[in-house]
Amino acid sequence: MAGYNTSDFRKGIKVEMDGDPYLMIECNFVKPGKGQALYKCRFRHLIRNTVIDRTFKSGDSLEAADVHEIQAQYLYRQGDMFVFMDNESYEQYELGLDQVDEAWKYLKESMVCSMLLYNNNPIGVTPPNHVVLRVEYCEPAVRGNTATNVTKPAKMETGAEIIVPNFVETGEMIRIDTRTGEYIERVKE
Amino acid sequence: MFRLPREDFRPTADWTALRERAGLLRRLRLFFDQRGFLEVETPLLSADTVVDRHLDPFSIEVPTPGGTRTYWLQTSPELAMKRLLAGGAEAIYQVTRAFRQEELGPLHNPEFTLVEWYRAGDDMAAGMAFLDQLCQAMLGRGAAERLSYRGAFERYAGLDPLTAPLEALHSAARRTSAPPASFRPDDRDLWLDWILTEQVQPHLGRTRPAILYDYPASQAALARVRDESPPVAERFELFVEGIELANGYHELLDPELLRRRNAANNAARAADGKHPLPADSRLLDAMESGLPQTTGVALGFDRLVMLRTGAERIDQVVAFPFDRA
Repeated sequence: MAGYNTSDFRKGIKVEMDGDPYLMIECNFVKPGKGQALYKCRFRHLIRNTVIDRTFKSGDSLEAADVHEIQAQYLYRQGDMFVFMDNESYEQYELGLDQVDEAWKYLKESMVCSMLLYNNNPIGVTPPNHVVLRVEYCEPAVRGNTATNVTKPAKMETGAEIIVPNFVETGEMIRIDTRTGEYIERVKE
Repeated sequence: MFRLPREDFRPTADWTALRERAGLLRRLRLFFDQRGFLEVETPLLSADTVVDRHLDPFSIEVPTPGGTRTYWLQTSPELAMKRLLAGGAEAIYQVTRAFRQEELGPLHNPEFTLVEWYRAGDDMAAGMAFLDQLCQAMLGRGAAERLSYRGAFERYAGLDPLTAPLEALHSAARRTSAPPASFRPDDRDLWLDWILTEQVQPHLGRTRPAILYDYPASQAALARVRDESPPVAERFELFVEGIELANGYHELLDPELLRRRNAANNAARAADGKHPLPADSRLLDAMESGLPQTTGVALGFDRLVMLRTGAERIDQVVAFPFDRA
């Protein structure tokens, strides 16, 4: 397995420590006057999302985590299991709700997501930045209220609740930013 | 072919910082000129280099008849400035670039600006007094507090750094955050440095600048060691707002001791998996011919500008830091 020396340390590298995969989210170089160069690093656990701090001295190394990303198509949901298929190998992967996390709100059949694999097991899935979903139900628009900042909750076809402007109607398609969960615009079919 | 301009052509420092930098440089030169110091220039690229366990110079292979010769970009102008002292200089300073491999972070850039000065006749007390005056003139934060290395450790870490057994250092070091797992248990200086940076340094120079002096003899570098029990190095450092700003030595004059320290540093480098640095240098010849008693100080100019402008990162005071150089 490839590794990283301290001189390769930077934000964004994925490493394995104590048998777990971590993402380096901070790396600060410190050096006392005539002393040993140190790297104060912060890591996020790629599965549990917990954050830990570790310090290394110049010359130390870390193992690279066998983490890679694939494009996977969402097929269907069965109870709390979400089934995806690797677009290249056609291999199927099942993810639990805890692994899918917030992404469940945006998953529509045949949507292509990026999936993170650790030692070839799925550990997370990210939907496209923008998705278009149908509004399954929302209260009718309040007539006469033309203020643009009036909002209301709307239930999407996926079951997720999104805050939308007052003028959005049941049955319309809307574009959503999956990174923030925010409404962007109405989409004409 | 059309290509979008890369955003990183822009300077990272704003004009307020760059003007402050220029102004500080003028005042610094005036400060030295008014005190009878002569500004000097010495080579950046030299066949000699400082031999330090933790300093890694950049090297350049220079073609010569029948092969190449290794030259080094200076990690500080120390060797050449002491050769000037041996050649008759009385009080000299320079503002120069220094280069250190791998040093890149919020307070480090591999190429940085050092102010370094020497005055013949100065002992450690005189050297500290001059540094204090300069700091007051440049930063206006009042007179510096003087703290011995030992006193500072006793106050902030609750142990005597010169006599505490290794186990006491280990447990004190782990009191705040975990030191690297790769620290060798018997490498005393690593543990002392850790406690210094984690537990002592954050307190230094908060209400006014602080000068730490009398370092452990094992950290003498190029300072002379005062023969006490236990012996201490006549080395001092200036801290402002927890930032290490300057390092000074009451200079070692004995070439035989320097030879021994160079050999010990190269042995430690080998143990760390590093290549040796040339142990011989013209400084040794200068010392053989006679170096006057002197104190020398090196001050990080970029950090001085940071403290003046309130910058948190060195790239806020350098137009083009290493990743845009």
